Amino acid sequence: MTHPASHSPSLWQRHQIFEKNSIILVIGILIAISIGGLVEVLPLFYLKSTIEKVDGIRPLTPLELTGRKIYVREGCYNCHSQMIRPLRDEVERYGHYSLAAESMYDHPFQWGSKRTGPDLARVGGKYSDDWHRDHLRNPRSVVPASIMPGYPWLEQNLVDISHIGENMAVLAVEGVPYTADMIKSAVSDAKTQGSADDASTADFTKRYPKAISRDLGGNVGRLTEADALIAYLQLLGTQVDFKLYDDKANIR
Amino acid sequence: MNGITEKKLSFGELGLSFVLALVAVGAIFVAAKAWTPEFAFHAYLFAAAAIAGVFAIGNRYFARPAQTPQEIDGKPNYNFGPVKFATLAALFWGIAGFTVGLYIALELSWPIFNLDLPWTSFGRLRPLHTSAVIFAFGGNVLLATSFYVVQRTCRARLAGDLAPWFVVLGYNFFIVIAGTGYLLGITQGKEYAEPEWYSDSWLTIVWVTYLLVFLGTLWKRKEPHIYVANWFYLAFIVTVAVLHLGNNAAIPVSIFSSKSYIVWSGVQDAMIQWWYGHNAVGFFLTAGFLAIVYYFIPKRADRPVYSYRLSIIHFWALIFMYIWAGPHHLHYTALPDWAQTLGMTFSIMLWMPSWGGMINGLMTLSGAWDKLRTDPVLRMMVVSVAFYGMATFEGPMMSIKSVNSLSHYTDWGIGHVHSGALGWVAYVSFGAIYCLVPWLWNKREVYSLKLVNWHFWVSTIGIVFYISAMWVAGIMQGLMWRAYTALGFLEYSFVETSEAMHPMYIIRALGGGMFLIGAIIMVYNIYMTIRSPEPAALGTRAALVPGE
Ligand code: HEM
Ligand code: HEM
Repeated sequence: MTHPASHSPSLWQRHQIFEKNSIILVIGILIAISIGGLVEVLPLFYLKSTIEKVDGIRPLTPLELTGRKIYVREGCYNCHSQMIRPLRDEVERYGHYSLAAESMYDHPFQWGSKRTGPDLARVGGKYSDDWHRDHLRNPRSVVPASIMPGYPWLEQNLVDISHIGENMAVLAVEGVPYTADMIKSAVSDAKTQGSADDASTADFTKRYPKAISRDLGGNVGRLTEADALIAYLQLLGTQVDFKLYDDKANIR
Repeated sequence: MNGITEKKLSFGELGLSFVLALVAVGAIFVAAKAWTPEFAFHAYLFAAAAIAGVFAIGNRYFARPAQTPQEIDGKPNYNFGPVKFATLAALFWGIAGFTVGLYIALELSWPIFNLDLPWTSFGRLRPLHTSAVIFAFGGNVLLATSFYVVQRTCRARLAGDLAPWFVVLGYNFFIVIAGTGYLLGITQGKEYAEPEWYSDSWLTIVWVTYLLVFLGTLWKRKEPHIYVANWFYLAFIVTVAVLHLGNNAAIPVSIFSSKSYIVWSGVQDAMIQWWYGHNAVGFFLTAGFLAIVYYFIPKRADRPVYSYRLSIIHFWALIFMYIWAGPHHLHYTALPDWAQTLGMTFSIMLWMPSWGGMINGLMTLSGAWDKLRTDPVLRMMVVSVAFYGMATFEGPMMSIKSVNSLSHYTDWGIGHVHSGALGWVAYVSFGAIYCLVPWLWNKREVYSLKLVNWHFWVSTIGIVFYISAMWVAGIMQGLMWRAYTALGFLEYSFVETSEAMHPMYIIRALGGGMFLIGAIIMVYNIYMTIRSPEPAALGTRAALVPGE
């Protein structure tokens, strides 16, 4: 280095401490990269205004949770968002903008980043089960210009619900309000939800208020992956009653 | 002690063999009781890899000398084996990743390409593409160049004996597990962080070893200063470790199941995901490749880095600001406004250090601009820096909320990604590979500069096709979504906007095809370089660029 000798070293000379000592450099890096992350992430866990106060949000039923696993497995989030922004055209196209509360039990979140297909945050109840079944088998049978892949294997595969209770137990540890009763009845609840007029429907809807319970696949006695996925899709965005929801109270 | 040392199994060889043997037994046990055949398959892969590792250690033991000298005739005895492996792996994964990219581009143009099969459907192949290009191709380029640069600039052999090999092979094993997992439907469902808990845990072990090898080599350095490229590599390694651990915190359902649940949920998970996701861009796709700029461009141009002071400012400002920018991926979402505003502000400020780095890279050529005409390798790297400048101008612009309200969710984002990914990341990697291969295999120059020229032009036209098609598609789609008729109704249904994309998607696939052809030309050129008998003429290597 060709710096003239001086009594107070310049800032550039002081920087040499990083250039000559790898551990100090690592510590400097760690400090520099920690600040932004901490400031942006930590408050989200304690600021009460982060998640709106709303009624009606319940954890997914075992069958819906199974459907969500299939949604994740097939990578639907690569093309579909689940996050309606408060912009005029989006609200008119898809419905009320999404609330943070609506995904508070989502591990992981599935908001997505690309809309190759339309948003799905409020697709629940928009189409019939039959429509979904046809659409999943062959999207072009119902939307001729669609570029969505077909998922014919979903209605051929019987759904694996044998371990769904263990899945719910893990989610309970992570803060989803699944009770011991819900976990215990997981497998039978999944079967109940996927069939019409099951004797245990009353118990089931006590555990999961307003959950749909019907023969989703038009295939009595067989519970397929398509049924589970449709149960999940039919739930999306239907939990909050926006006739009662007070936007103003939750201005953030 | 006498001069001849007896050959003995080292502690590392014994220890690692023992650990690998344990892994093999454990993996077979897990495979036997796995809940799904897919997970059993992965467990068997672990077992096979562990057994292969034990054999490799044994073979190497018989082949190696009793002791590996740190220096030969006063010169460092560089360890280039792992560097060579990672370089070739980068070529392999590059072709694979671009091919999958082309394939999914075709799927978006003509859905029949999905074949109605789970393994080939877009939702499973797209993560395969992103992981293959970013982590497999980009990651191997970073492993190769960082292991090369750190040895050269420290004038010391890589630290560790088995460790560098463990890093390189272990990392590529991670890629295999992750990639086959996507095809089989094993995913966490988080963008750029799709691998499940066991792949993530494995990567953590590999990554910590990587950090230790890198630091250990710095500790052995013969230069008083740590060269600037190494600061960037270090920031990349350290930060990616932090991001990986934070974003992938998950609880497995069972040791016999591939499924886990991320501990974060909803809005917090979204913030943490994009804290990770944006800094995967900032530290994986930027800091690491900036290190390449700081070593390979001065080297190839035979000029010192333009400004030492600018590098210092560039470095600290870049790593400090990048971390804040994540929320620009969540504009107008349910993320609270204060976080969105912070993210937007820092993203706009990020423009400055980014262009500081660009200027430092470009101006390194001052006095050597004429080389751009004659040296296509240098040209490739310089153009990559220009693309970097373009992507880092576009990015801050897209971070402005009003712009983002149009661009978000559309192909504009895809155009932005690929101007960064093809123009910047891939080009600077190609440049580095063209430099590195003759150095590693002791050749004077690549087999054919003319072919490099062809690669450059074919792929440049490909990039132009790709990104201009995506800009048009993105802006058109954004405008169509928000178009209203005179009566105040939404003018287009969703599928109409999707149909309008069709011609653009075909042009994109064409551009991608050209980019792939360029890369195949490169692979041929590299193959011929390695095969060519011509030895490097002594003394043609430019002097080292030490830390000023
Ligand atoms: C032959 C070259 C390539 C082709 C044809 C190609 C094609 C594609 C396609 C079709 C998509 C999906 C877009 C969508 O969902 O609408 C995509 C996504 C992506 N590609 Fe590529 N790609 C190529 C090279 C690369 C390279 C070299 C990189 C990185 C180094 C890269 C990084 C990405 C990323 C990060 C995404 C996800 C973007 C997002 O989520 O916003 N690609 N690519
Ligand atoms: C100053 C630098 C940059 C800024 C401020 C920036 C900003 C942005 C913004 C605003 C988006 C769109 C987010 C959205 O609406 O969903 C984006 C997406 C993206 N950018 Fe950049 N960008 C920068 C540089 C780069 C570079 C150099 C690359 C290199 C490859 C890159 C890769 C990506 C990727 C992969 C995405 C897509 C993420 C996803 O949605 O999956 N960016 N960036």
